[in-house]
Amino acid sequence: MGFLDKITGVSWGVHPHDDHKRPAADVPLRVMPIPATLCVPLLQHVGAPAKPVVAVGDKVLRGQLLASAQGNVSAPVHAPTSGVVTAIGPVIAPHPSGLPFDAITIACDGEDQALPASEMPDPLSLAPDEVTRQIAAAGIVGLGGATFPSAPKAQLGRKHAVETLIINGGECEPYLSSDDCVMRARAVEVVDGIRILMHATGAASALVGIEDNKPEAIAAMRAAAKSFDAIRICPVPARYPMGSDRQLVEVLTGKQVPAGARTATVGVLVNNVSTCAAIHRALRHGESLYRRIVTVNGGAVMDPGNVLAPIGVMVEDLLAFVGLKETPARLVMGGPMMGAALPHALVPTVKGCGGILALSAAEIAKPEPSPCIRCGSCVSACPMGLLPLEIAARVKAGDYDGADAQKLDDCLACGCCAYVCPSHLPLVHAFYHAKGELWKRAQQKKRNEFTKGLAQARTARLEREARERAEAAARRKAERAAQQAAQAAAAAE
Amino acid sequence: MNSPISTALPSVAASPHAKEFSSVSTVMLKVMLALAPATLCGFWYFGWPAISLWLLTVASALAGEAACLVLMKKLVRPALLDGSALLTGWLLAMSLPPWAPWWIGVVGGLFATVVGKQAFGGLGCNLFNPAMVARVALLVSFPVVMTAWVGPSGQSASPGLVESLSITFGGSIPDAYTSATLLGQAKTELSRGVTLLQTFAQGLPVSFSGQRPGSMGETGIVLLAAGGLALLAMRIISWHIPLAMLLGIAIPALIGHAVNPARYLDAGAHLLSGAAVLGAFFIATDYVTSPSSRAGQLVFGAGCGFLTWVIRSYGGYPEGVAFAVLLMNALAPAIDRLCQPRIYGRDWRGNPIKLNKEK
Repeated sequence: MGFLDKITGVSWGVHPHDDHKRPAADVPLRVMPIPATLCVPLLQHVGAPAKPVVAVGDKVLRGQLLASAQGNVSAPVHAPTSGVVTAIGPVIAPHPSGLPFDAITIACDGEDQALPASEMPDPLSLAPDEVTRQIAAAGIVGLGGATFPSAPKAQLGRKHAVETLIINGGECEPYLSSDDCVMRARAVEVVDGIRILMHATGAASALVGIEDNKPEAIAAMRAAAKSFDAIRICPVPARYPMGSDRQLVEVLTGKQVPAGARTATVGVLVNNVSTCAAIHRALRHGESLYRRIVTVNGGAVMDPGNVLAPIGVMVEDLLAFVGLKETPARLVMGGPMMGAALPHALVPTVKGCGGILALSAAEIAKPEPSPCIRCGSCVSACPMGLLPLEIAARVKAGDYDGADAQKLDDCLACGCCAYVCPSHLPLVHAFYHAKGELWKRAQQKKRNEFTKGLAQARTARLEREARERAEAAARRKAERAAQQAAQAAAAAE
Repeated sequence: MNSPISTALPSVAASPHAKEFSSVSTVMLKVMLALAPATLCGFWYFGWPAISLWLLTVASALAGEAACLVLMKKLVRPALLDGSALLTGWLLAMSLPPWAPWWIGVVGGLFATVVGKQAFGGLGCNLFNPAMVARVALLVSFPVVMTAWVGPSGQSASPGLVESLSITFGGSIPDAYTSATLLGQAKTELSRGVTLLQTFAQGLPVSFSGQRPGSMGETGIVLLAAGGLALLAMRIISWHIPLAMLLGIAIPALIGHAVNPARYLDAGAHLLSGAAVLGAFFIATDYVTSPSSRAGQLVFGAGCGFLTWVIRSYGGYPEGVAFAVLLMNALAPAIDRLCQPRIYGRDWRGNPIKLNKEK
């Protein structure tokens, strides 16, 4: 296998000495009972928010469409259980800002009545376009965290005639094991999902990259994929951020994705293992994406592990299910390296949420920053080959254009640099800030150009009007003169 | 709904929420540990005067740092505890003649942290290696005192404590002890028209064990190299600067010696003399004043080595590591600019890579 040579050459990234994945990863999957209320957000994906198709007071059943997709890049949302819609409106979003976004609140009736099941035809005998349509209708988005709607992604794959699917079972973030859990417990579903996705995209083969710290998942997936030659299970070194699409593509195919381009340009399409399992459930069992496996972990959690939870469950209810040993010092949605800190626990989970971490004060202890000593640890750690210290120095000096020239845009915000920094500098924070500033400037520039265009149009209009007025006045004067001349001529006769 | 987590949590911060255990002070501490064996070896060879000089130099460097921080109304404690000023004083002391008088240590220590470091803005802001700035300032200002070498005597023949204090605080070194370094001897004799073949007819006075005249901490080659390898193993430094610097000295020395052995010392003499090994592992690798990309580090190290050889072979001073390092320090920002790593998905110029369409 040619790529094995390349694997040994991985020099980027970090290797946390304790990934905190176990014991949570080894605890059997638990199913969370239906809570009293659920808040299903309308925007759980990249693209336009879904548009509600139910009204307050409506009774809904499990799997029923709550809001439909709007536009090409969007995804519908479905009811995770049966109950009554009590509100459609703002709730606090799972984002550090604590700003609201729209959600559909359901008072669950506890009966968990499902929509009547319909006969599902074999997806592998359907036309690829019909498979894609069904994936779209089930509201499936990338469950690795990027939440790009899967149907337009598959269409993109067909358009670029991709040859290989890269199935991402890296799960490189410490603490998280939801993909691990899916591969261990539902390997057959994942493999079937991969086959359906290969059919939908026209890809001839699939490479499943799994970090070598998940031997159980590798064994389960190998067993499930044994009879399918086109699907190859490829253990990859456990090294963060192996689960980043660009890094995984390079390790598995040896190709680098050009800056600013999608992976489809190098003939591959990256999908997460949990997404594949969701595709299987949607196309074989008619189950829309209304629940997923979430890792609940962290030093403050009593019984950490993986939980099959309805999407839209309040983080507070989820934590109550696993129990808390102490008041967490920080709540994080996602992994500790890239996850978003939550303002509090009264926020709903979303489709892209693979983990909720309740971290203790000791886990987030971070000493005061000290000056950069230019040690270059960040340079060695950066998986993109950037110079984080140079970018940070420019950001600190307010030189955003300089930061841009250092290709800040290529930064994944993976956090490797800040993780290794001996001076404890908040590098990712600085990069987020600078990206925001650059975005603001670009917007301002656009606005200025628009305003300039308007001003020019106004000047042109005023000039034209003045000219027209002058012409009209001249015309009238000429007419009057002609009239007077005519009158004078008449009088003279 | 009134549990503490329902309301605002005490800490919301940007990712990452995890942190590797490392800090500036642990980095400095590891460097000091790697430096300790060679230092103790220096103490053993050069006796009490060396110990007094080391203490004075380190104390002065710390005092200079503290005074500047007080004047600038910055916090003194955390800056002193990071260990950077201590290491600067330590490295300076390693590069001084072991029996130099007290004021050399005091002036040097103060110069290193006040002028070499804090005047530029403190930790991380200095363009030049502070220890080498101080060493060169002393060498240029007090050339006689700074080239007064003694032979390593071991414990038996070394001066007693009282005599040592009179050496450090009293004035001059008793003539009975003075000696010359290999590089110094070569330069002096060459300038008198004596070839190296005649000067070193009895063989080159090189020594792996460090039994030779030289600066306090530069003679214990084996222990310095071991410390350097320990730094490599602990991933405090990478191999790029040390290897490039040693090759930068050795390759021109090999060529020169092969062409004219009467005029140029061989590679072994160059590597085992002066501060070549100390410089390669501990001085040129200073984070703040060296490039941060791997390619840049190779260029930087090779430059340090080559300039050392040039200064030793053609310059006015017998030893050139300090000058070479300072000259390359001045070039480090330019090297950093020119030797940037290739970014993922981009070519060396920073443009997105182009795909060769086969279809």
